[in-house]
Amino acid sequence: MTEEVIRRKERLDRGIKVRSDTVYAVSSWREILFLLAPRAGLIFVLLIAPLAVPSLYWQRVICIMGVYALLAVGFDFLAHFVGLVSLGGALFIGVGAYLTGCLNHYLGLPPVFAICIATVGGAFICTLILLPSLPLKGVYFAIITFAFPIMIERIIVAANILGGTDGIPGLDVFSSTWLSQYSILAIVLLSLFGLRRLVNEDVGVVFRGVKDNDQAIRASGLNVTYYKAMAVFLSAMMGCFGGAYLAHLYGWVGTSLFSLDFSVFPLVATVVGGPGTLAGPLLGCMILVPISEMLRAFGALRVVIYSLIMVLFILFWSEGLLNWARRKYEQFEHWVRV
Amino acid sequence: MGKGLTMEEPLLQIRNLSKSFGGVAAVSDVSFDLCKGEVLGIIGPNGSGKTTLLNLITGFIAKDHGTVVFDGTDITRTPAHKISNLGLVRTFQIVRPYVTMQTFKNLIPPLFSPRVKHSERGKLGDRDAVAIDVLEDVGFERDAYVPYKLAGSLPLGYLKRLELARCLAMKPLAICCDEVFSGLSMAEIASLLPLVERLQSEGITIIMIEHRLRELFRVAGRILVMNFGVKLAEGPPAEVMKDKNVRRAYLGEEVKV
Repeated sequence: MTEEVIRRKERLDRGIKVRSDTVYAVSSWREILFLLAPRAGLIFVLLIAPLAVPSLYWQRVICIMGVYALLAVGFDFLAHFVGLVSLGGALFIGVGAYLTGCLNHYLGLPPVFAICIATVGGAFICTLILLPSLPLKGVYFAIITFAFPIMIERIIVAANILGGTDGIPGLDVFSSTWLSQYSILAIVLLSLFGLRRLVNEDVGVVFRGVKDNDQAIRASGLNVTYYKAMAVFLSAMMGCFGGAYLAHLYGWVGTSLFSLDFSVFPLVATVVGGPGTLAGPLLGCMILVPISEMLRAFGALRVVIYSLIMVLFILFWSEGLLNWARRKYEQFEHWVRV
Repeated sequence: MGKGLTMEEPLLQIRNLSKSFGGVAAVSDVSFDLCKGEVLGIIGPNGSGKTTLLNLITGFIAKDHGTVVFDGTDITRTPAHKISNLGLVRTFQIVRPYVTMQTFKNLIPPLFSPRVKHSERGKLGDRDAVAIDVLEDVGFERDAYVPYKLAGSLPLGYLKRLELARCLAMKPLAICCDEVFSGLSMAEIASLLPLVERLQSEGITIIMIEHRLRELFRVAGRILVMNFGVKLAEGPPAEVMKDKNVRRAYLGEEVKV
């Protein structure tokens, strides 16, 4: 008869993690490095990427990756820090792109101004469109955000406005590939670190309060809809910038910018990268976008493959890459007898 | 702040408040006044409309009929968050902490509200520090690191205190307490009661919905009894409990053997 040994995994924070949690982190280089290494590593990889990739084609992939990363980080922020599951990526991209397209094509504004106006103006339009549905929660809000881009796309085609099915061609494009790559990477990093700062501020606590318990937020004298609108505006701003940027990257605006890829891909990237970490979705995009490009040879099977990736992650590794990596980085594990 | 009060004018005036949910009259035609510094107890059997009345007053549900005037301001159609900002705050019967946050972070939203943010207190240093002060004030032992624990890990007694702390962080003129004693052990009630008495002595007007009559009667100067959404009786505790209708509604018919 063998005695059954029951064991469980015990996790403990590493000493260096505990020390670097407080202000004393600045007292030693080791602790500073411990905090700085992952952040600097990410920045370094992103900045070196345009120089490291072999061809113009892959440089273009980096640009697309940046746009998806903006959407994914925005999705993660809304879903895990405000409690709004938004599938509005396509809406944000489309509105931003068409706005900059109109400004550039009809009014002749240079891309820099057109993109700036499209970012803020587009976010404003998106927030207004979504305003009536902000009191909705969970899947209902998701459905509404999912429906709007389909609707707008059909309106553009049916009414034959804004170029109809042909779109608006002949927009100004970026003067150099370096400018196009580094501008999107800079914006991605800026939004990522900006949002991380924001969610740790007091207003971030209010956002998380909206997610946890909106009635208590009302009882605390804060307008729930106002804070939701503010969060949607921030997320939409990132998406609209992505859209406006894409328009000038392609030099063309069309109804395919309302494609549901922009709504669904950020979701997959968030699941793979690690929900609730903000940097995780970016990591997810850095992995998934190149994979998806390499799978182009498979044609329609491509969607099957990355749907499969998502299913496997949800079933077997739902914490995502970054949550796992973070645990390994900050804690040690060992088996103990129960 | 409202338009200011004369001595005669009550802090809270409620007139003919009614609300029905699809044919069921949850609250019908309830009127009462509340003076500054008074403690009003609301009692009644389950389902008699006590919580609905409180929801109506604090604007969490829309009113069918009637008016509410608070501190000289008509708040009949005012949204809930604006009512809170006027200084009329509430606790929830089922506690509503932000479970994923540390306890003191739970007080950041009220300290972030326009009422506090634009006041003297809002500018006083770090909001975290103010939050911990407020928590210590209602009995969260700072030395035992209770304010730093996750709100989700606290026992009910602390969560009820947290509800009160959220109200107090708003620097309220009046607090509506929805069954703060329910679900607590006798020891927990015994430690919470002095806190309510202290709020009373600080001049905060309190409306208390309560089933614990013994504890309620210690603090409440006036009792309002509800049954089937109607105001059954109103007056000092001793008188109200002598009322024949109240005894029938609350304790049942007396059986002569």
